[in-house]
Amino acid sequence: MTADWIDIGRIDEIPMRGARTVLVTGGDEVAVFRTADGEVFALANRCPHKGGPLSQGIVHGHRVACPLHNWQIALATGEAQGGDKGCTPTIPVRLSGNRVLLCRASALKAAA
Amino acid sequence: MDFHEQHRDVMTNNRPSDATLPHLVVIGNGMAGCRAVEELLARDAARYRITIFGAEPHVNYNRIMLSPVLAGEKCFDEIVINDRSWYADNGIELIVADPIETIDRAAKKVRSRSGRTVRYDRLLIATGSDPFIIPVPGRDLQGVVGFRDMHDVDRMLAAAEQGGDAVVIGGGLLGLEAAHGLTLRGMRVTVLHIMPTLMERQLDEAAGWLLKSALEARGQTILTGADTAEIIGDGKVEGVRLKDGREIPASLVVMATGIRPSVALARDCGLDVGRGIKVDDQMVTSDPAVLGVGECVEHEGQVYGLVAPLWEMCRALADGLIGRPSGYRGSIPSTRLKVAGLDVFSAGDFSGGDGTEDIVLRDASRGIYKRLVLKEDRIVGAVLYGDTADGSWYFDLMRKGEDVAALRDMLIFGHTYASGGGRADPKAAVAALSDDAEICGCNGVSKGEVVAAITNGACGLDAVRATCKASASCGSCTGLVETLLALTLGDEVESGPKTMCKCTSFTHDDVRREIVSQGLHAIPEVMQKLHWSTPDGCAACRPALNYYLLCALPGEYEDDQQSRFVNERLHANIQKDGTYSVVPRMWGGLTNPRELRAIADVVEKYNAPMVKVTGGQRLDIFGIRKEDLPAVWADLNAAGMVSGHAYGKALRTVKTCVGSEWCRFGTQDSTGLGVKLEKMSWGSWMPHKFKIAVSGCPRNCAEATIKDFGVICVESGYELHIGGNGGIKVRVTDLLCKVATEQEALDHCGAFIQLYREEARYLERTAPWVERVGLDYVKRRIVDDEAGREALTLRFLHAQSFSQEDPWAARAAGADRQLHHPMAQLQPMPAVAAE
Repeated sequence: MTADWIDIGRIDEIPMRGARTVLVTGGDEVAVFRTADGEVFALANRCPHKGGPLSQGIVHGHRVACPLHNWQIALATGEAQGGDKGCTPTIPVRLSGNRVLLCRASALKAAA
Repeated sequence: MDFHEQHRDVMTNNRPSDATLPHLVVIGNGMAGCRAVEELLARDAARYRITIFGAEPHVNYNRIMLSPVLAGEKCFDEIVINDRSWYADNGIELIVADPIETIDRAAKKVRSRSGRTVRYDRLLIATGSDPFIIPVPGRDLQGVVGFRDMHDVDRMLAAAEQGGDAVVIGGGLLGLEAAHGLTLRGMRVTVLHIMPTLMERQLDEAAGWLLKSALEARGQTILTGADTAEIIGDGKVEGVRLKDGREIPASLVVMATGIRPSVALARDCGLDVGRGIKVDDQMVTSDPAVLGVGECVEHEGQVYGLVAPLWEMCRALADGLIGRPSGYRGSIPSTRLKVAGLDVFSAGDFSGGDGTEDIVLRDASRGIYKRLVLKEDRIVGAVLYGDTADGSWYFDLMRKGEDVAALRDMLIFGHTYASGGGRADPKAAVAALSDDAEICGCNGVSKGEVVAAITNGACGLDAVRATCKASASCGSCTGLVETLLALTLGDEVESGPKTMCKCTSFTHDDVRREIVSQGLHAIPEVMQKLHWSTPDGCAACRPALNYYLLCALPGEYEDDQQSRFVNERLHANIQKDGTYSVVPRMWGGLTNPRELRAIADVVEKYNAPMVKVTGGQRLDIFGIRKEDLPAVWADLNAAGMVSGHAYGKALRTVKTCVGSEWCRFGTQDSTGLGVKLEKMSWGSWMPHKFKIAVSGCPRNCAEATIKDFGVICVESGYELHIGGNGGIKVRVTDLLCKVATEQEALDHCGAFIQLYREEARYLERTAPWVERVGLDYVKRRIVDDEAGREALTLRFLHAQSFSQEDPWAARAAGADRQLHHPMAQLQPMPAVAAE
């Protein structure tokens, strides 16, 4: 039997205002973000613009600036902000105590 | 710390003087309650001890802005009016998620849902209003929501994620905004409105029809005269049935059928209540100890559901609370709004009737409709659709009751024409507004307040938004604010210094000056002290602040990795495919077999697909994976090479020609000087990248005259050049001065770099910086002022004593390992292999 939520580690393994990646065998990476207000978000680790690794961007508020061309991506929806159009898949993620839990099915699907 | 000390700490935190002050208890943490407190604090901050009870689990936010949150244009943090620090700084006790349930007026006590009992001296009821839920069968089904608070928005967003059909019941302002937001979120939206035209309380029939056509063109279905009979569904919503039998499918139903003053608390404790809680001109209820403000009150038989009257009430309330009563005289409601990008304005009474006359202008092809209602030569009502620029002027004439008989012929064409001459200055309408004319309805800001903010230094739109909040909410008054900026500042508005970014009203230079003068030590401290408008800045200001602090506090400031661009965080250059390129330092462009072998080995070992000789005389190894970077650096370190900083706002390279050692034209040892310059300046962080070159003779083979700092060797010494650039905008250097010795060349270089580090704005190359401050200024500081130059050089060398540690060596030894490795690995089958 496969659990719906996968424990990927402790919240403090992710730098505040930063991100870590989760590798998905046979698929794309997932970027797991931790914001200054203590929330976690997960997106496919590629910008809808040119595929930049969002995990390497500057996290501010509930947004991340893509490191390649500075597109601003909303962490909650994966949507490009401002005048830019595009959307990165989101993956449900939640905290249980200090453990970060990622939705297995979505992670595998988003990455596929 | 033992128990007694802890206990004493708690005691000292409670300011003893507070307990002696009369206690003002505010029921309601919304726009009215908090604005009333703001107005009171602005008049006398030490008059009351204040406690605020809120039913919602949030700090004070701008309820008007729930629509942009729903539409995805703003996040919750952006609509917060006062964050927790405001409550703390003003000594206000905030109790959220614990609504007051009873008021005992005899004992002057309130009791909350959790059982908390608090005694008051003055009580302010600011409970606002409740959404009116029409009493139809099915109204309790799952999927039926109101549109009143953040909780409602969250529920709508959750529903929108599933997509599908939504029905909005109510074609008033709130309903149309809900419909707009849900449409943007990808739902198919039908608006049901019981009246024949939309927004009939704000718009006349013609404007309502124009609005309906425009919304339909944007994909919404609008059904007017639609009377809801029943919400259907089994457990959860499946659709809405109208009285005429039509059924509209829906997985979400938003009830936006109006609001009712929230008066239950007041009625239960025996206060005089009509439609709202009855208040006098001082906003005092039938109990002298109890006040009321906002949408929950009734004044002279009127209740208000718009925001502008609320600001006027709060001013009168605060004047009364400090014993200088001014008195509220009622408000003429005006509405200026944008629905789906459509400009709409209405004010006063436009129902027509005896003794009124209409002036109407229609321009169907441009979608413009204007209607003025006059009575006895005075404007009593206005409806504008499509072009609302003159709304403020009409509203001002209306409020003042001015006789418009002389203007009448031209009135409908707007202020420009009415004030004489078809080619009059379009700014004149705004210039003509009186100081108390309202500019921003969302935040209750008058023209006088906006102008005061501008004359006090808010020289751009963002700065005005940050300082007086005008145009900071719905943005429909942005044009007015921009015109005021132009009128107040004249030409400065375009050429004036720009603010650092949207998070602050300060310029780069202001921020640097304040960091030094206030002795600020950390990014959060700068943001706090300088009133940043965002919780943690943005991708533009954070790297700038990190640099300014690093520059101001060498050896003391702790670099914030999360405020660094990826290249500076990973000490390599990110490429379009997400891999990195690595450039080891080759001092002055010199190398040797050992270094070349190590580079060749790295290229083979890590399968780097390309090696490139750069313009700065280095070798660039491409296609290295983030995970392999520490190992690559370890191998390069082993051959004696350190980071080349090709990724940084820092010294990049010192390019040289071979000079007198080999070249028959060479006049000095240009390579030797290049190596010395690079050893002195490598590792220093700067406002932007910085390139140096040294040419051994005026033939200038090292292209020193397009570098930030260039040296041209001549027989009698060294010509020092500054401010060159070979990028998009080529700029040839300016000659700074000529010196006789290598040591002088080094000292001048150090001084120039330090002046640039201390005074240029972040991301400003030396070329635009020199043009901005002028070559003469740089000469005065570096050439003429010998003592100043020496001090600059010493400050540079002091800063360098902390920055010349190879960042690669630390990473190769295992520092910040998490930056290079994934957190976990997920496999389609059984389990997770954590790292």
